Amino acid sequence: MASVAVPSLAHDSQMSSRARVVSAIQRQGAFIALAALIIFGVVRYGPSFYSVYNIFDAFLNNNTYYALIALGMTFVIITGGIDLSVGSVAVLAAVAAARLSVYGFGPALAGAVLIGLVAGLINGGLIARFGLQPFVVTLAMLLAARGAALTLSGNAPVMVDFAQGFTQLGTMRVGPLPMPVLITAVLYLLGVLLLNRTRFGRHVLAIGGNEEGARLAGIPVGRTLVAVYSMSGALAGLAGVFLAALSFSGSPTGAIGWELSAIAAVVVGGTLLTGGVGSVGSTLVGVLLLGLIFVTLNFERGQGTFQLNPFWENFIRGAFLLIVVVFQSRLARRLDVSG
Amino acid sequence: MSEPVIPAVGEQAGPSRLLDFSTPRLSDFLRTYSSLVALAALVIFNIVFTPNFLSVGTFNANMTQVATIVIVAVGMTFVIATGGIDLSVGSLMAIAGVLAPMFLLDAQQFGAPAVGLALAIVVPLIATTVLGAFNGTLVTVVGLQPIIATLVLYLGGRGIAQLLVSGELRELRNLGSPLIWTFEFIGLGQVFGIRFQIIIMLVVVVVAMWVLRATTFGRYVLATGGNPAAARLAGVPVNQVKMAVYCISGFLAGLAGLVVVAINRSSDPHRVGEYMELDAIAAVAVGGTPLMGGRATILGTFIGAMIIQFLRFTLIAHNIPDGITRIVIAGAIVVAVLAQRQRSS
Repeated sequence: MASVAVPSLAHDSQMSSRARVVSAIQRQGAFIALAALIIFGVVRYGPSFYSVYNIFDAFLNNNTYYALIALGMTFVIITGGIDLSVGSVAVLAAVAAARLSVYGFGPALAGAVLIGLVAGLINGGLIARFGLQPFVVTLAMLLAARGAALTLSGNAPVMVDFAQGFTQLGTMRVGPLPMPVLITAVLYLLGVLLLNRTRFGRHVLAIGGNEEGARLAGIPVGRTLVAVYSMSGALAGLAGVFLAALSFSGSPTGAIGWELSAIAAVVVGGTLLTGGVGSVGSTLVGVLLLGLIFVTLNFERGQGTFQLNPFWENFIRGAFLLIVVVFQSRLARRLDVSG
Repeated sequence: MSEPVIPAVGEQAGPSRLLDFSTPRLSDFLRTYSSLVALAALVIFNIVFTPNFLSVGTFNANMTQVATIVIVAVGMTFVIATGGIDLSVGSLMAIAGVLAPMFLLDAQQFGAPAVGLALAIVVPLIATTVLGAFNGTLVTVVGLQPIIATLVLYLGGRGIAQLLVSGELRELRNLGSPLIWTFEFIGLGQVFGIRFQIIIMLVVVVVAMWVLRATTFGRYVLATGGNPAAARLAGVPVNQVKMAVYCISGFLAGLAGLVVVAINRSSDPHRVGEYMELDAIAAVAVGGTPLMGGRATILGTFIGAMIIQFLRFTLIAHNIPDGITRIVIAGAIVVAVLAQRQRSS
């Protein structure tokens, strides 16, 4: 981590050491909130809150989709970009996986992830080769992938094939861990290593810090960007496979707004949208925090404290996002003044 | 590849752009020229190949579809010109949409029905403008990035709309009251055979063109987007300008919400304004306003929205499935921004 090796950016590397401190504090902000919420839940709701079912199924397993696309989104955002297409790509992949499920799990997985990868390649290619803005390119992909999902599904949900074992993904466990949770955890571990321990990770951070500087320093900016968007697409594809396997169908109208949930999780974790700063671990904290809010609300509803009609959900999501980001910007600003 | 696309760009392009006020007309025209050709091609194709294209019904159908998108996209153009983005427009439309029926349906309690009607129009517009100011406050005072700042109301605003009516659809029809009819005029009325909402759209476009080209505020908007630091040094009240554009966007989203509710004669808090942020941003991008700010063309946005609408109409009229239609529109957006990029470099 210590060497964000961009020779021509001596001034910038000083900046980034301060920026790293900012991000550490922001990360802790979300982490503190997460810890507080967990303690609150354990004290208030007792054993049913920390039961295996609640932790691994109701909470973790239901958040693997967001976790996967937020992982890819983290790399994209660190380069200073954004990927609005992930929700649609996940839906396209879910439809493809459901269609391919008659051939068994392997082909369905490979096909769906490949489709996500190709979508990401197109995004990355247009952004890197032609210098188009990530926001517009991935907005177009959002529309195109949704259109492709509608076409591939014939405008109706596609049921998965139960005979060839595709849905086993949802029932397999390793110890207490459902398979999707395990896969997601492994990928996060790989993500941490990729960002912090590899040359590719340093390139990603350098591009987000100063794209032109990175270019001048001989970093293969175009290739790195293509790789980052491809990764985001492939992870969205995998999220689509999980969605199809766990919901037994690929619905062309699902997963609306996932991209914004993922962006919210990345930002809540403490990664800055300006790029150059961020961490995979903090994104995981962001995903868990946003997920746990809803588990907690459900418990509170179960206790009969208040009658929450489902329409509070959007309102609470918005209000919570507001509180966290305002809190973070306060922290960052205070540090900015004192530093 | 040669053009560095860095968020912190400003320095190279900024100062000269600040002085570029004198000739926006010509460059505006050149940027919108290729999109005009595309629009003309679409219209000609339809005249030749689509039966009944040149009818009042078809014209009204297309303009009805495009009017609300244009109204919202004009506000979006101002926001994008300052280097921002407003994801909350669809949710603000829904809020305006649920507020209006509250005053219409309980109009009796305001004494004169006219008071109820006035409130049904004024209160939603004030509400969405205030919510726009909320967006602006998050961007300027709190210092959040526009995507995140407006994501708050994208999520929360839809929730507010749903909560205000407990998620229920409000019907305006079957009430038979002349009051309702007056409100419906916003969406369905006609002046000299032209739908009133089309007139609203044209007024919004013309006023916005004038504001952006001929007023100090318009120059401030472009200067703010071109290089905020330089603009601030040059005495531009950057924060007030940003605040104002989010208010404008909120106001126009509210107006579009009223139009939608008046057309539908009902208000569905889940559906009103859904995907509007995407349609509006696409119209702005196709129209030739770069998303990094500093340049903007209202006419381009209008044409961009028309291109997307006519493209959609053409494909649907020729029985192309919905899925393919979306892919083609996505392709058109990419081609449009590619064409603009090549012209500008």
